Amino acid sequence: MAIVIQARPAGIRWVIRGLSILACIALWQVASTTHLNLGIVTFRNVPPPVEVVQSAVALFRSPKLTAHITSSLWRVLAGYGAAVVIGVILGFAIGRSRAASDLLLPPLELLRPIPAVAWIPLSILMFPSSELSMIYITFIGALFPIVLNTVHGVANVDRRLVASARSLGAGGFAILTQVVLPDAAPSIVTGLAIGMGTSWFCLVTAEMISGQFGIGYYTWEAYTLQNYADIIVGMLIIGLLGMGSSWLLTTAGRLLMPWRNPRVAR
Amino acid sequence: MNIRVADVDAKSVGRIDIADVSISLGEGSDAFEAVSGLDFAIAPGELVCILGPSGCGKSTLLGALAGHLPITAGRLEIDGQKVQGPSPDRGMVFQQHTLFPWKRVRDNVAFGPKMRGLARRERDRAADTILKLVGLSGFEAFYPAQLSGGMQQRVEIARVLINQPRVLLMDEPFSALDAQTRAMMQEVLLDILGKIPTTTVFVTHDIDEALFLADRIVVMSARPGRVIEDVVLPFARPRSHDLVTEPEFVRLKRHVMQLLRRPEGSEPLARLSPLGV
Repeated sequence: MAIVIQARPAGIRWVIRGLSILACIALWQVASTTHLNLGIVTFRNVPPPVEVVQSAVALFRSPKLTAHITSSLWRVLAGYGAAVVIGVILGFAIGRSRAASDLLLPPLELLRPIPAVAWIPLSILMFPSSELSMIYITFIGALFPIVLNTVHGVANVDRRLVASARSLGAGGFAILTQVVLPDAAPSIVTGLAIGMGTSWFCLVTAEMISGQFGIGYYTWEAYTLQNYADIIVGMLIIGLLGMGSSWLLTTAGRLLMPWRNPRVAR
Repeated sequence: MNIRVADVDAKSVGRIDIADVSISLGEGSDAFEAVSGLDFAIAPGELVCILGPSGCGKSTLLGALAGHLPITAGRLEIDGQKVQGPSPDRGMVFQQHTLFPWKRVRDNVAFGPKMRGLARRERDRAADTILKLVGLSGFEAFYPAQLSGGMQQRVEIARVLINQPRVLLMDEPFSALDAQTRAMMQEVLLDILGKIPTTTVFVTHDIDEALFLADRIVVMSARPGRVIEDVVLPFARPRSHDLVTEPEFVRLKRHVMQLLRRPEGSEPLARLSPLGV
């Protein structure tokens, strides 16, 4: 017998999606107020959503929030920004030149399997300030996805397009900027998006271990001070910051590559 | 419109000399001779079709003329100058278009002038003029992906001709199109070449296409490709597709088919690319 799935109007689907989220929050409220204990996991110390909202309101009213967020944003900006510049340059060199690939790829391949978080103890020893070591962790987390995706994009450039550009009078530099860069752009942007995710992940971990200020530090501090509602507020803010920065990236990618969506762009 | 430099007689540029040319492809034990001992000349302004079975090296010869492939023996000259590397003097149109997907039609066509350092205003004007000539006015701001296959090849031809090349090299440019579009594009090409006379080497394995387009057909054998016959076509220009039913056309077609008949039991070879194996 055929199963017929009837198409629902879009409005109703959104209502169902909203109800699903509300149901989750309601379950959370019930579980935490009744101190639900499932044996392997307990909600005894989990603050209910109402308390979390109160904590969030309190944090948003205090000047602490801006201090935490700006120091986190600055670290991501510095570490991730350096990873973008260095990663794209390394990726171009490795993808375009056999000599650069032989010279640069082996050490990178050796370092790549080491998770960025494993660098934390050494980086504290290597850098004069914990600020710099956290930026370094953010940098190293973003570097590899950016390098590898840039190499992939640059090395797989359509050689017919390169041949055509040569036939039309393009020299080495013009081929790089007019053909290789735009052809590799989608792959580079993928690397940038993955790198953005890992760099937030690394930053939060680094802040928890060695930070003063920063949203990861705030979350960990809430745990040590037993302000359990603040833990969840911190988690939510980390999620929002990650979501916002990846939205920025995809939007920038769409604006910079209008040909990828030619029905809209004209 | 004056695409050519005024004081250059269109009849005097675009002579191609192919003298005892052989080209090997592949490396080490995979190396093979793609074409061998090719020896013919093409006069300025002539439209020559190179016809031969798949894998006979006709695209390889075109790749060598474009400067993408080195020759292993012989001499390859355009207007007395040895072919050395790609040049806007030798425009190439591939089977699948090679338009830059990230550039709008106008910027694709204006790419050659941009590389020559022409200012934006001038190169845009030149691009719009030649786009009008290939029948694509109104599509200047489109991206290649928004055009049909036939239109993409027209942009490709415009992008090459804007450089006023000495020779136009075409590698089965219409074989990926449907039959109706292909017939239309053949007429479009003859119309464009009527307005911008350019020596053209057109590679195809379609006998009707070669007979309809060419002044002369160079028929090549299977690998290693050699010239087996040089057929001069008597048909007047301008031509229309009514030509294909005329007795002389049919007679020549039968003759060329005879030349290209594959020996019993032999398998067709894989297509070669003008960029190598």
